[in-house]
Amino acid sequence: MKVSLFITCLCDAFYPRVGEAMVRLLARHGIRTDFPSAQTCCGQSAFNSGYWEEARAAARTLLDAFADSDFVVSPSGSCVHMLHRYRELFRGDPSAQAKAEELCGKTYEFSQFFVDVLGIDDLGAKFPHKVTYHPSCHGSRLLGVRDEPERLLRNVAGLELVPLPYAEDCCGFGGTFSVKMSDISGAMVAEKAEHVLETEAEVLTGSDMGCLMNIGGHLRHRGRPLRVLHLAELLYEGVSGA
Amino acid sequence: MSGSETAAKTVKERAKEALRNDFLRQAVRFTTDRLRNARLQAAGEQGNWEAWRERGRQIRSHTIAHLDYYLNRFAENARANGAHVHFAESAEEAVRIVLAIAERKGARMVAKSKSMVTEELHLNRALENIGVKPVETDLGEYIVQLAGETPSHLIIPSIHKNRRQTADLLSKEAGEELPTDTPALAAFVRRRMREVFLAADIGMTGCNFAIAETGSIVVFENEGNARMVSTLPKTQITLMGMERIIPTWADLEVMATLLPRSATGQRLTVYMSGISGPRRPGDGDGPEELHIVIVDNGRSLQLGDPEFQELLNCIRCGACLNVCPVYRHIGGHAYGGTYTGPIGAVLKPAFRKNVAEWDDVADASSLCGACAEACPVKIPLHDMLVALRRRKVEAGRAKRPEALAMRAYAAVMGSAGRLKGALRLGRLAVKPIARDGFIRARIGPLAGWTRHRVFPAPAAEPFRERWTGLRLELEREPAAMDPAVRRRLEEALRRRQAEKREGGDERHGG
Ligand code: SF4
Repeated sequence: MKVSLFITCLCDAFYPRVGEAMVRLLARHGIRTDFPSAQTCCGQSAFNSGYWEEARAAARTLLDAFADSDFVVSPSGSCVHMLHRYRELFRGDPSAQAKAEELCGKTYEFSQFFVDVLGIDDLGAKFPHKVTYHPSCHGSRLLGVRDEPERLLRNVAGLELVPLPYAEDCCGFGGTFSVKMSDISGAMVAEKAEHVLETEAEVLTGSDMGCLMNIGGHLRHRGRPLRVLHLAELLYEGVSGA
Repeated sequence: MSGSETAAKTVKERAKEALRNDFLRQAVRFTTDRLRNARLQAAGEQGNWEAWRERGRQIRSHTIAHLDYYLNRFAENARANGAHVHFAESAEEAVRIVLAIAERKGARMVAKSKSMVTEELHLNRALENIGVKPVETDLGEYIVQLAGETPSHLIIPSIHKNRRQTADLLSKEAGEELPTDTPALAAFVRRRMREVFLAADIGMTGCNFAIAETGSIVVFENEGNARMVSTLPKTQITLMGMERIIPTWADLEVMATLLPRSATGQRLTVYMSGISGPRRPGDGDGPEELHIVIVDNGRSLQLGDPEFQELLNCIRCGACLNVCPVYRHIGGHAYGGTYTGPIGAVLKPAFRKNVAEWDDVADASSLCGACAEACPVKIPLHDMLVALRRRKVEAGRAKRPEALAMRAYAAVMGSAGRLKGALRLGRLAVKPIARDGFIRARIGPLAGWTRHRVFPAPAAEPFRERWTGLRLELEREPAAMDPAVRRRLEEALRRRQAEKREGGDERHGG
């Protein structure tokens, strides 16, 4: 049984601790993972900006890296959703499309893998803090991972989950959108941050580092830094008693 | 903000202006909040909403796939009812047709009910130019007309105005200070409109749906003005986009379920008028002459285009605007076209196939997908925005620095070896500008980001370099796998293999 990590370029470069937390949580349940080092990036930022040729260059590394994996697990619903766009991306290339189809069928977002595949929604974590959860658009709306993260959070001992007002509204990240349309994106993240602060939570969590980097980065920019943790990090902290 | 269609500035610049306008942002936020909650509630009360949406999508897709057939049927039946049916390929042609009718009738005043197509054609301006006075009789449209603006929302044209601004406009028109409460303002407009209905030579309406089987026009509205406009004046002109067709009255039931609920959360629109031809002998009212102008103006360009044909399924409900987080902050005028919000961001470039004319409107989306989720006929607007961006790149119209950056991206991400090297370089490069793990400097391509956020410095050790140590550490004390978990994994694997043998769709999620 080969369970492989699709770490995403963002976590690889900026948030390796998220990948590490995910690996350690899986290991605690006897799941050995491997990291096919040929992987780079899902190609989403190029794809969404209209540069499909460039996106294919990145996407091919994933098709190769995971060719003989049985399961692929990733800390980003957005990047997993991108795999579901490969059918279009590789239009006219049936062999790549077939590989992509196969990859989609075996790839899961972190919380989806635990709850839906492994059937585990209680990791035995303890985290006595007030927490709010931001559901990222691509993971929840497009990939369809809606209840899984909340189920994991609800089973954390001592954790008080405060609902985030306007939770389903986009945080304004949107990849290159945040740079190209920076003022619109800035207005969106400012509103999102308002709602996060309104909850008076001590910790903001989510399932996509892109969005968390955006919201967390804005809060810090405003001088209101909040603890921002990926769901895997939060859960790992909760089981290791850190 | 003028609110007129201008290519002089970019979406980015117009958005910047809008973002400084607190009145606008508050007004838009207030109303879209109300509308989107009302929609959710109405959809919930109706029940089986997903099935209704799917039914709506099917009807629209079927009609558009056979549009030539249904259009001909509609035109034949409408003519048999005594209506004059005109086809206009371009905006100019549509305007010519309308002006010719107005001139022939010696018209001095046109009473209009709400019609986005007439906005698209800039028909009011054209009428004024030949000395005919167009009067908008829909309250929101009237306000926008008094302000010399264009509608900023499909359903609520004056969504960007608050009560104070509205009262000021109407007071100026009334020549006296009107109280700001809704009943008083509405009473003034109602009195004014009575005169217009009686004095107008031509009544002009839009068309929500055109029923092919009987050649009828159906108009949805809440104020009763469209009914007045289509009964009192002697001549009626109805403008419709060529895609407004549905095959039968039975299909209208589905549309009448989807449209008001999606638009305003109403279970029923207050007035729904079905108009099948001009006044007949024995009818109590109705126009003596009925003209229907069917407008193409870029619509047929979408036919046969697999990425955009579904665009013609749109029933102009405005739900995508109400849930759009970008629209929420910049309002409609920043989009710079007749149609605003996500649907406008796609329609504008799609209707003008020439990519050279596009500005950056397709970039004004974070691709969050809220629009597609709200759309009663399931138009994948966020996918279309990506397709527009791709076509622009393919046509060589992308900005050069961006194209170069993307080329560099492909070079780095095309190979893990190069990525490893780039990560190392990146770490060194940001060292001088990072402080306590964050970059705040507004330099280069990062400036857009750091104006509103700090940017994280790359980790000292990327995951790929940490991996070997981590794996070795974990292998030292492996935990046992719960047999139940093992069983589930094996089952999942078996299921997938079985599906593969059957050639079934093995996707999950998405
Ligand atoms: S695209 Fe869909 S949601 Fe938007 S106006 Fe058209 S029908 Fe309504």
